[in-house]
Amino acid sequence: MSGTVYCIVAIFVEIPSFMGASSLIVLIIAAIAFSGIAIMLSKLVLKATTNKQKGEPYECGIPTKGETRMRLNVGYYLFALIFLIFDVELVFLYPWAVVAKKAGWIAFAEIIVFFFILFMGFLYAHRKGALKWM
Amino acid sequence: MWSFSNIANLVHEVLAEHFNPAITLAIEMVIAGVSVIGLFAILGLVLVIMERKVSAWMQIRLGPNRVGPKGMLQSLADTLKLIVKEGMTPNGADKLLFNLAPFIAMIVAMLLMAPIAFAKDLQMWDLNIGILYVSALSSVTVISILMAGWSSNNKFSLLGAMRSGAQIVSYELSAGLSALAIVVLTGSLQISEIITSQANGWWIFKGHIPAIIAFVTFIIAVTAETNRAPFDLAEAESELTAGFHTEYSGMKFALFFLAEYVNVFIMCSIAATLFFGGWMPLHIGNWHKFNHVMDFIPSSIWFFGKTFFLIFVIMWFRWTFPRLRIDQLLDLEWKYLLPITMFNLLLVTAVAILGWHF
Repeated sequence: MSGTVYCIVAIFVEIPSFMGASSLIVLIIAAIAFSGIAIMLSKLVLKATTNKQKGEPYECGIPTKGETRMRLNVGYYLFALIFLIFDVELVFLYPWAVVAKKAGWIAFAEIIVFFFILFMGFLYAHRKGALKWM
Repeated sequence: MWSFSNIANLVHEVLAEHFNPAITLAIEMVIAGVSVIGLFAILGLVLVIMERKVSAWMQIRLGPNRVGPKGMLQSLADTLKLIVKEGMTPNGADKLLFNLAPFIAMIVAMLLMAPIAFAKDLQMWDLNIGILYVSALSSVTVISILMAGWSSNNKFSLLGAMRSGAQIVSYELSAGLSALAIVVLTGSLQISEIITSQANGWWIFKGHIPAIIAFVTFIIAVTAETNRAPFDLAEAESELTAGFHTEYSGMKFALFFLAEYVNVFIMCSIAATLFFGGWMPLHIGNWHKFNHVMDFIPSSIWFFGKTFFLIFVIMWFRWTFPRLRIDQLLDLEWKYLLPITMFNLLLVTAVAILGWHF
């Protein structure tokens, strides 16, 4: 029994001192245990009461009006869209950055072409007014 | 020498003598988990009291001074108070998401601990894409914030969450690009290699002007990414009460608070690792005697000293700059920081290829 457990766990671990990828499992369990125990503890200690006003949304004492999940400024979504483009570009840059020093001027030329295309897109978004807050 | 790896090996050997491998592994995992939880809790307590003391000092007042010697136990007392408060769920809230959000925030903050080198040989997971891992995970925080804001059925929360979403997402770009500047100089994403590359001087000194520009932009981006003032629009207390955690109370609120402070610590420790050499003592080129003297100060003191200095700088920002408006905030990122960091990356590449750094 313990042999099977060992085999299952050993897939994630190289045994001596340093933890490797198994640290992620430990950390996730630790986080859940910590938050769970904290919340449970506070549930044990307190005496919950209920009344009509208690569960109302807090808006500085005034009863809330209308739909809560209202429509929001389109700007938020526009920025999220532009971010999506840039974030993908950023991920492409990571492998480039690792080899840039070894590859020398070829890497430099490549990044200039890359940034030129990226910057054109950025300028286009700017001219279209996507970066302006309404 | 007593280093962490010696102690870890010793514990491993002692355990392996008495138990079979599976139980040894389980015990080691429990020890690691408990120590991480301990570090987490202590960091939270220390950072909260530090924040209050620093802000008191900046405003020429005393700050908390009743509980314990010089008020040092104040945050412990606050924790006790938060435990006895009711963590209620408002009517009309999405119960599952509402209760899940603090867990997500905590898990993300905890997972970010994995690649950080606290001292020589004291690192949970030295993965070869450390910087990518950090930048990928730190942006997951936004999910917990959006979850909390949307599910709590409150207009303040929703507004705060949307603002924070736009903000974290934008500033992640400059944080990533600034970190890449050091990756270009080092040629590796691995935290341990970045640190050993600074054995003859920290990058902020070795990398000339581009490294300094990268450091400044990184600190600005990190301040925004962790929702600290002057970028604390997500919880701007004078307009949105408490932003995305308006409806949270008791322990659930405390978990958000803790995760936020630990995120500040983690981002500052990444900044310290990239630009100030992590646990690496202050070494200057080939001044061997000077370097040898510096080696006598333990590596953990170097690491925590640098990190807490950067945390102090971020707290200093809070009392120096007024809060930005949302359009100013996004302008700062998209019209200034992003072009600057992109240009700086070109500059750094040229410096690295020409070999102008030391």
